[in-house]
Amino acid sequence: MIKQNRIIMGMPITLMVPDSHGSHTAMAEVFEFFRRVDQTYSPFIETSHVSKINRQELVEDDYSNELREILDLAEQAKRDTDGYFDVWHDSVFDPSGIVKGWAIDRAAEIMRQYTNDFYVEAGGDIQVSGANDQQQPWRIGVRNPFNRDENIAVVSLDNHAIATSGTAIRGQHIYDPVTSRPLTDIVSLSVIAPNIIDADRMATAAFAMGERGIAFIENLPGYEAYMVDAGRRATLTSGWERFQLQPA
Amino acid sequence: MISKKTLVSLGAGAFIALTFVIYSIHQRNEGNQAVSRVTASTNTPSTTPQVHDAAQAPAANASQAGSASSTATLKDGSYTGKSYDAFYGYIQVKATVSGGKLTDVQFLDYPQDRDNSIRINQVAMPLLKQQAIQAQSAQVDGVSGATDTSQAFVQSLSDALAQARA
Repeated sequence: MIKQNRIIMGMPITLMVPDSHGSHTAMAEVFEFFRRVDQTYSPFIETSHVSKINRQELVEDDYSNELREILDLAEQAKRDTDGYFDVWHDSVFDPSGIVKGWAIDRAAEIMRQYTNDFYVEAGGDIQVSGANDQQQPWRIGVRNPFNRDENIAVVSLDNHAIATSGTAIRGQHIYDPVTSRPLTDIVSLSVIAPNIIDADRMATAAFAMGERGIAFIENLPGYEAYMVDAGRRATLTSGWERFQLQPA
Repeated sequence: MISKKTLVSLGAGAFIALTFVIYSIHQRNEGNQAVSRVTASTNTPSTTPQVHDAAQAPAANASQAGSASSTATLKDGSYTGKSYDAFYGYIQVKATVSGGKLTDVQFLDYPQDRDNSIRINQVAMPLLKQQAIQAQSAQVDGVSGATDTSQAFVQSLSDALAQARA
């Protein structure tokens, strides 16, 4: 297996291909692409499109085709998630949530020009294609949100994507006044979809919905999800186990 | 020869490292508890090698603060770090220095649920399978997980402490 890592856009980017055929060129091209995405869309880089939009220095007429494409994706995500996915927060434009999925998707397109078998990951969100070096579907762990050294599920994916939304730092919990136990709080939510843009935006939106998020995914054809709550319980959509490897 | 300046930097590194370690412990072990505030009760700069390693990157980043520093202690007050992108949201901390010691770190912003009062379409809650989570030992090619927020935390805290030394 050929595997390369870089830290770009403040997150680890990992690329894998089962054999070396053309892989170094492909990987170099993908890393270069991620660097350009960072320069163009980071809210922390003064000269980025995003910073210019927030300073009202870049008006709609001057948007690039690529920026329009990202904005269209963001607009669609907002419609599909009942407003849960929004690149505008308190009148600040921050498309990070959609750019990540979009960038992984474009990176996968670059890889596809060289090989059918690849793994592209940015900050825990993954698009795979074809097979791994054992000529098997890619085996992807779902990280335990309570212990980052452990996986709590392993799924087998080919030509699918998985994205996980969650955070270890939570707000104040709400306690049930009768039992004094914390009410359900969602710690992480992983979504499998055919492509990373969909997996990513739906994981973000469903996570923001709290415990109703899993029902939202259950009702979306073609999507499966695995939700972990503060009580260390997992809730699975009805088709999740088709992807899951049974515990050994 | 270790200069006073270096000691100050090391001390500052220790602040960040110590708080980061406390933060990490909370993050790892108390993910199911409220962690909106991390309190550091001491600034003793007796760093273990690992702690110092953890502080390397942020201490180096905050070098502008180290070189501007002419006093040996942090000035009392509250300092708000810049907001840093943790990709699904922002991390921003406020550090409180009292008696020259870092005594409190508050999270002003962190990735969390957005307003849950927004209408969710009338989805009936289906009956779904639940199970206790359990470690899986199967070999994997890769791992999916939420983007680490710790990098953004370290950046925001470094930034707040740089102000305390200014």
